[in-house]
Amino acid sequence: MKHSFIDQYSDLDSFIHRLDPRTKFITSLVFIIAVVLTPASNWRVFAFYFCLIAALLIISRLPFLYVLKRSLVIFPFVLMIAIFIPFFTQGEIAGSYNLWLWQVSVTYSGLFILANVVVKAWLCIFSLILLSSTTKLADLLKGLKQLGIPQVMILILSFMYRYIFVLVDEVMRMRQARDSRNFGGSRLHQLKTIGYMIGTLFIRSYERGERVYAAMLSRGFDGEIRTSHKLSFRQADAYFSMAFCLMLVFSGIIWW
Amino acid sequence: MDTIIEIENLSFTYPDGQQGLKNIALVVYPGETVAVIGPNGAGKSTLLLQLNGILRGNSKVKICGLPVDEKNLKEIRRKVGLIFQDPEDQLFSLTVFDDVAFGPINMGYSESEVKQRVAQALEWVEMTGYEQRSPHHLSVGEKKRIAIATVLSLNPELLVLDEPTSNLDPRSKWSLIELLRQLPMTKVVAAHDLELVKALCQRTVVMDAGKIVADGSTESILNDASLLKAHGLAPSGELVQLQADIQGFRRMGEGSD
Repeated sequence: MKHSFIDQYSDLDSFIHRLDPRTKFITSLVFIIAVVLTPASNWRVFAFYFCLIAALLIISRLPFLYVLKRSLVIFPFVLMIAIFIPFFTQGEIAGSYNLWLWQVSVTYSGLFILANVVVKAWLCIFSLILLSSTTKLADLLKGLKQLGIPQVMILILSFMYRYIFVLVDEVMRMRQARDSRNFGGSRLHQLKTIGYMIGTLFIRSYERGERVYAAMLSRGFDGEIRTSHKLSFRQADAYFSMAFCLMLVFSGIIWW
Repeated sequence: MDTIIEIENLSFTYPDGQQGLKNIALVVYPGETVAVIGPNGAGKSTLLLQLNGILRGNSKVKICGLPVDEKNLKEIRRKVGLIFQDPEDQLFSLTVFDDVAFGPINMGYSESEVKQRVAQALEWVEMTGYEQRSPHHLSVGEKKRIAIATVLSLNPELLVLDEPTSNLDPRSKWSLIELLRQLPMTKVVAAHDLELVKALCQRTVVMDAGKIVADGSTESILNDASLLKAHGLAPSGELVQLQADIQGFRRMGEGSD
């Protein structure tokens, strides 16, 4: 069965795709830190960030609609966290409402902060989409490893990515089997069935884990993880990361 | 004469007390292709896992003259290529290259040798050019071939395969059998698929309830209807007629080709 992947467009070819994963990872991190540290009132700087990320997205040849759709995924999370800010911030009142027993009021400064949180989150997610859609996950993990992330973490991430779709397939087959036998009955009975399914899934995953480990042992795995071929940091990487960081710094100096 | 596998009097009990193997004795010589057949739960897979020390019984297994114990484990795992039934278990890396290179890297070969071995192994299974693909996106037949490549990259002397043709359509199955026939090393194949056994193996071992109940040439064993029936490998009663009908039908098809 086919699923959509986080690195769906990673086999396109562009200047961004060819950059070393480490370059992309570090510049993304720098970008996110810059975005988060920029004061909310500096709207010019945010406009500049948007232009910058848009330019990179255009260079990377990612389909525009795909990026937009992906970026919308985080809005529920951001809103869930930030929706109450306008109600609890002190300042000039923009409107008051009577909700049953309570009187609530929204302030201008609260709305301003909310808008800023949304803008910052959006910028960050754009940079992450750019990173994950232009880098194969295997390469990204290799890059992270060379940047000193512990091997255990890398291994967990890589197994997760390798087997998540296998698990999703398994869940889908179980659901189909369940629905073919006229799933229904009382709420309690349904909950019980779902509980059994989760339990079965856990046991199957556990047993698969044991078989995978046996397959690793069969090929000489002795607990130590070795990897071959290193990534190469090219001149283009140096130019790109320098140009990128300089642009961020200058935008800060000019419009602070 | 040198032996590839030498097992005498091997018994194995699972940690939960379930008896897996009882007094197994088996000798396999270089160049042989041996089928292990038997009903579900006969202990076929348990026996295969003894061959490279994943499971160890009372230590009566010798591979290429080396007893399977802690000291020889690494060497034995290089010599024995074990291919699991479900390629999803065998292929755990994000790219085909990483999976095929896993064994050679663990053996500590140099980078250029690893690359050369991966290229060679992929060529053997006719999957050159798949290096950067992700195993999840391959078809079952392709996954099986890559799974075989992952052990061929270690240049094993013994290939051990658990149900190599399960879940394959007839076309992929026959092309896989053809591939296995061309590989020169000694092979031990656990199977339910008697067509595979007939096409690939000269010798057949029948297991039931953890014991070896018959050992002989494939021809003599597959023609021994009462033996096959007694161990649940051939239909009994009315189904015999059905099987005869199917075979007659096949012969008709072959005649018209």
